[in-house]
Amino acid sequence: MKQHWLVRPGTIRLLWVMFLFVLALTILASLFTEVHGWFRIDGSFAFYAWYGFLTCIGMVIVAKLLGRLLHRKDSYYDRD
Amino acid sequence: MTAISAIPPGLPLVLGALLLPLFGLRIRAALVLGLPLLTLALVWQIPDGVSLRLPFLEYELEPVSGDRLSRLFGTVFAIMAFAGGLFALNRARTLELVAALISAGSAVGVTFAGDLITLVAFWELLALSSTVLVWSAMTDQSYPAGMRYLVIHLLGGVILMVGVIGHIADTGSVTFTIMALDSPSHWLMLAGFLLNAGAPPLSAWLPDAYPEASPTGMVFLSAFTTKTAVYVLLRGFPGADILIFIGLYMIFYGIVYALLENDMRRILAYSIVNQVGFMICGIGIGTELSMNGAAAHAFAHIIYKALLLMSAGSVLYMTGKRKCTELGGLFRSMPLTTACGIIGALSISAFPLTSGFISKSMISQAAADETMAMAWFLLTAGSAGVFLHAGIKFPWLIFFQKDSGLRPPDPPLNMRLAMILCAFICIAIGIWPAPLYAILPFPVDYVPYTRAHVIEMLQLLLFSGLAFFIMLPYMKRTLTITLDWDWFYRWLGPRAINRLTQLLSRWHTHRRTDFLRHMGHLFGTLFLYHGPRGILARTWATGSMVLWVVILLGVYLVAYYF
Repeated sequence: MKQHWLVRPGTIRLLWVMFLFVLALTILASLFTEVHGWFRIDGSFAFYAWYGFLTCIGMVIVAKLLGRLLHRKDSYYDRD
Repeated sequence: MTAISAIPPGLPLVLGALLLPLFGLRIRAALVLGLPLLTLALVWQIPDGVSLRLPFLEYELEPVSGDRLSRLFGTVFAIMAFAGGLFALNRARTLELVAALISAGSAVGVTFAGDLITLVAFWELLALSSTVLVWSAMTDQSYPAGMRYLVIHLLGGVILMVGVIGHIADTGSVTFTIMALDSPSHWLMLAGFLLNAGAPPLSAWLPDAYPEASPTGMVFLSAFTTKTAVYVLLRGFPGADILIFIGLYMIFYGIVYALLENDMRRILAYSIVNQVGFMICGIGIGTELSMNGAAAHAFAHIIYKALLLMSAGSVLYMTGKRKCTELGGLFRSMPLTTACGIIGALSISAFPLTSGFISKSMISQAAADETMAMAWFLLTAGSAGVFLHAGIKFPWLIFFQKDSGLRPPDPPLNMRLAMILCAFICIAIGIWPAPLYAILPFPVDYVPYTRAHVIEMLQLLLFSGLAFFIMLPYMKRTLTITLDWDWFYRWLGPRAINRLTQLLSRWHTHRRTDFLRHMGHLFGTLFLYHGPRGILARTWATGSMVLWVVILLGVYLVAYYF
């Protein structure tokens, strides 16, 4: 079966390059924007970028750990 | 006061819904689409203040009492009933449509209830009609899920009712107004309201029951119950500090559980709790900006969540599959559903140019203005997490990721139209927020589109996206569910009772055997002496009787002699 153009490896590579380029642009843009932090640390350079990135990694890790504790087979309640 | 403005605007929906089974397809379609529009028209006829008073026992009810907040929620409920009706038209069972319109009508009824008695009446009607809405999927799972939903909501209704009765006894007034958390009855009312909002610990009813409704039913369910709760909290308990903490808990609960979930509509159900968390937090902050933010976010949320559920519903309707592990790659054959799903996902993530961007940011701005550092940092992390669990995860797993091999076409015309309508509203509000800002409860002095804000939001969301794709290998979907507080009443409770019954019955058997053994002894002894051959019951010969009498008399004589 012919692959859809969107899922060809070349396209995916291109999408990644574009994505990283846009990420760089948003960082670059914060150089030219007045930062008005309310709580000091949120005025640091590219705060939203690193804060968003790190908290998301943190949330995935927390979810993963909690999953170990709380995951059950999806038929868990069925025999009731 | 004109006669039209005294019509409770929810009433045409509730009464009209009962007519649906009487008519054929065409008139039914006209009613399903026409009644919400009629309600919308009535909502905007209602002036500020009370337009209808009815005596009831020794109280005066105010079934129609309007202000800016009521009209805002009435408007979005009516729009939602229309969009949901369009989506469900000719697809849903008549029973489902009846239940959906009644629940929409009771939600509108709550928003215009000026007194607590009317409020409780519509509140209970909403719970009952929502239960029927779950049941109307008529699957093996929907009946027990609906029953669990009903039990929890009847419990919430009772808690609310006790609070209301206490409030009326304390104050002598039935008017629904701002309340301080200064008496047990007000705490009970808050608890009753919060239960419907999906607040902890009883939040599991939402991801438990909603995904068991039909593909069209969940679209309706997502809109009314939780947002009615947001409305009553906005009116009754603005600025109650505890709501900030409850809201923050709900935000992260929704994110973490959605990240662990495999069922696509349950992911969206958890994200309802997450989004309502933002609103509850805004209500807890309690400034004009945060209240406006909560109200605007409720408005925006109802539409984009409906859009998300419509796209998930379309997938379920066309494929019959609901687990992410079975789906994927659907963008090839469902381009419109994919596009609409992505628009909904961007809106819930508060991407610039979508409705979420102009509403949610008011809440975090209010936290910053009040220098609530913890709330602000958590709200910002929560915003990033929304993109993670709903903004990317949902469209990625359904429409992209691996190719599942499924090639379903886009859904029928009415479903496509409903999705286009909701997608249009999401983007229209995002580009041109002024009309929404104009109907918010307080005057709006907030500019969402500043260069700094747009860049900050883009950084936050895009880098969350980067985190998602980096962590993707660690987020493999598994055929699992995640335990929640409902484990206590779905697993532990029944087992504890079973165990207790077993113990009791064993104890009972034991005691019974013991008792019977003792009784056996007793009866044995009695039988021995008094039975047919017992020594005391034997038939004796007259001669031996006489002999004994002689012996007795002899003994008597001897005794007398001495």
